[in-house]
Parts: sequence; C-alpha cells; structure tokens
Amino acid sequence: MDAFDVIGPVMIGPSSSHTAGAVRIGRLGRAILGEPPVRAEIFLHGSFARTYWGHGTDRALVAGLLGFDVDDERVREALDLAPAEGLEVSFGEKDLGDVHPNSVQLNLEGRSQTVSVVASSLGGGQVVIKKIDAFSVDMGCELPTLVATYPDRPGVIAAVAALLAGGGINIASMRVSREAAGRQALMVMETDQPVPPGLLTAMRSLPMMERVIAIDPV
Amino acid sequence: MAELLALAGNEGLSLAETVIRYQMEAEGKTRDEVRAKMAGRLKIMRSAAQKGLTEDVRSQSGLVGGGGKLLEEWRRSGRGLSGTVTGRAIAIATAVAEVNAAMGRIVAAPTAGSCGIIPGVLLSLEAEKGFMEEQLIDGLFTAAAVGMVAAKQASLSGAALGCQAECGVAAAMAAAAAVEMAGGSPEQAAGAAGVALQGLMGLVCDPVGGLVELPCVLRNATGAAHALAAADIILAGVPYYLPFDEVIAAMVEVGSSLPASLRETGTGGIAACPTARRLVAHLFSGEKDRQRIKD
Repeated sequence: MDAFDVIGPVMIGPSSSHTAGAVRIGRLGRAILGEPPVRAEIFLHGSFARTYWGHGTDRALVAGLLGFDVDDERVREALDLAPAEGLEVSFGEKDLGDVHPNSVQLNLEGRSQTVSVVASSLGGGQVVIKKIDAFSVDMGCELPTLVATYPDRPGVIAAVAALLAGGGINIASMRVSREAAGRQALMVMETDQPVPPGLLTAMRSLPMMERVIAIDPV
Repeated sequence: MAELLALAGNEGLSLAETVIRYQMEAEGKTRDEVRAKMAGRLKIMRSAAQKGLTEDVRSQSGLVGGGGKLLEEWRRSGRGLSGTVTGRAIAIATAVAEVNAAMGRIVAAPTAGSCGIIPGVLLSLEAEKGFMEEQLIDGLFTAAAVGMVAAKQASLSGAALGCQAECGVAAAMAAAAAVEMAGGSPEQAAGAAGVALQGLMGLVCDPVGGLVELPCVLRNATGAAHALAAADIILAGVPYYLPFDEVIAAMVEVGSSLPASLRETGTGGIAACPTARRLVAHLFSGEKDRQRIKD
C-alpha cells in the first residue's frame, strides 16, 4: 500500500471492480491465450451479470481482450472497435457456482489456441484467475506468472526449477495440480523477476513440455 | 495515524512531507520523480473536472450527467447559496464523478465511486483562494497519508464497510489536505480528517441498480462541502478531542454492523426507494432485448 494506491489508480470509470478489474481480467485472458483472440464467448456471473451493462463491464472485458490499458479512453468504444481488430464477441449469463459475485468465464479462441478462463474481480482493481480450462488455480498476477502444462511425470518440476535457478530467477510461489496421477498437469509459478525470452524458449523445449505461458503483471 | 503523526512530529515535518519521503524510499525514486508522478495524477483530475464542467457527459444508463455543468452555470450566475469555494467544490466534485459514471478517465481517490471529492476541494481552493500547483501536489500527499491509514486500519470498500469507507474517507482525506495547504499542523490535519469522517459516520452504500450513479455522484458533491466544513472547524480552533485512529476504529465497528442490504448490494437505502426500483425496472427491461448467447 503506497500513496499512489490511494491517489490512484488512474482508470476509466465508473467502478474499480466492474471496469478496471474487468479490463485486467480481459488482458490476463489474452495473455493466457498467448495470442490475440479472434473469438470470445463471455459468460457473466452474479453481480457482473446484473449490472455489467450500466457499469460498462462488457466494454471493459473486451477492451482488455484487445490489449487496452485500464486508463485507455478507448475502453468506452471497445465493443465498436472489436470487429475492426478482428475480434468477434458474444455475451451470456452463467451461474459459475461458488465464486465471487463479480466473476466471469471467458472462452477464448485465437488462431492456433483455445482456452477457457474463469476470473473474479475482487475490488479496487484487484483480480484473481480461478480456473484455466479444467484446472483450478488461484492467480493474482501481481508478479510475473508462468503457467505450464505437461504430462504428470517425475522430473518436470525439477527441470523447470533448475532452468530458473540457472537464470537467476527467484520463485515466489508455485502450485501444481493435475487431472489425475500420470495425466495432464498444470504448474503455476510466480517469480520475483520477469522470465527472459531465452529462458522461456529453453523451458518450452524441455521434453514433454506442452505449453508455457508467461504473464506479466497488468 | 498516531504512528505517522509521531514520525512527522519527531522531525517537524508535515504529513505531506512524511509521505513524500516514505514514497521516495518505497519506490527508490527521487523527490522530483515522486512529485512528478503526483503532478500527473493532478493533471488527470483537472482534465476530468474540465470535461465534466463544460461537456454534456452522460452515464451508460442515462441516469446521471450534466449536473456539473448545471452547477457551474449556477455558480457563474452569482445566485449560488453556498459561497464561492464550496459552490465551486460541489460543481467540480459532481463533474468529476459524472465523468467517472460516463466511463471517462479519472483518478480513483481513494476509489472510483468517491473520485470527485478530493479534486472538488483542491481545485476550488486553487481557483478561489490562490493556492499554487505545488501546494495542491503537497495536498494530494497529505490526502494520501489519511487514505493509507484508512486502507490499512479499515477498508476502502463500500461493499465491506459502507460508503463511509469511500466518500467518508475521501472527505477525510480532502479535509486533511485543505488544512495542511492552509498552513495547519499535522495534528490539525488529522483532526479535520476525524471531523469529516465522524460527520459521515454510518454512511451506507446503496447504489440504485448497483450502478455508481445514484446516489454516488451527488454524494461526491455533499462530501466535498463536508470536507471544507471540517477543515474550517479545525482551522478556526473549535475544540476536537477524538484521535483519528479511534474514529477509524469506530468506522470499522459501524461498517461491520451494517446489514448486507446497505453494503453495495443495491437492495437497501436509496436503492430501495419506490422510484429507484421503478427506474431500475425500466433500465433493465431494455436490457432483455439485447442479443444473448446460451452456454
């Protein structure tokens, strides 16, 4: 907490939860997809579903998917700008179960990848990613974050950790989950320093590694 | 706040200067860099005020907008009742809060819903009392001192503690800023923050339709007037006994006792008035015509 957290952030109104948080969720969705989305199905839950239109949450989510910042005045026009940017969007409502009232599911499709993300806006522009595809996660994305998928085999985590250690990158937190023993696994790792591109390439070329996504704080 | 006052007192510093030094250390930046960053925030407050005072801004729902412009015209007509500083403060506070509701660029201070109060107070003092840019920047650091204490010891969320945590804290921040800008001591600044907050104690968060529009926009105007009153009360030397930390603790107590209906759920308070319900029914009926996808 510092002076610029209370005299700030600079943002597009009207609500830090519904607008600034929603832009951040959109940006994180785009980062997790790893490429600009061409199609997005957006399902709003709870309070998001009830008031998204008056708060401009729909525009804010789309603005984030287009890569705009929380203080970009184009947030207001994001729905109109999306087609020209090659993004097709549709909205619906969905009960996402026991999640924060301001939650959303983004089903994103890029040129080569698809991903489904569930995220919540916690207030003050803070957000948390709760689900990536079938995996439950808990990512605040305040630090550089790596998301990796691979088959659940011994040695993968050690190999990743060794690469990071070699690059002088300190791991702040790590969480591993898997569908079942020996099936697909997902690793979420927060690091104190951004992971340089060379290290990401090395990580992607580890045997058995499927996807490695690097998310910078937004 | 006691900690901060002691820190300032030991070195004979203002709250603003104490926060500037804290910020330089936290970010590893020079005084100029930290002040320039705050100047940037002030500039955005200015452009939001300008936009809201001169343009016909409209919220997404259409419920609010144009009030800042009307208040500015009224003030210029010379027929306003609240005097030059307060008259200008309520016009600016409304204007900025309307720009927020219309999805314009604002500085959340401390939140988006309460973003008009600090610019209302600071920019009206500049225009009417001749305060300089550098004094306004100092004022923003003083305001930050109060906001940081409130965030740490309580919360800045209407959903958590009611609107006293948003507009109440913003008024406390603005009152402290006004006092230090006018040459008051850190103790007086903290006193003004306490007076402002105690006056808004129990302020519920009751947005109509859950939108940051009614009563939020006009609550920014009344909050700004409130902050100026609190600053004058302290500068005049009216005795005030309550330490700010105790007022903050009371706010936590009051806020946690509020029923959920009065904490940003849009179900109680102003949001429950029959007319508010009718407005919401009308707003959201148009919504049904929108194209929806099914999962």
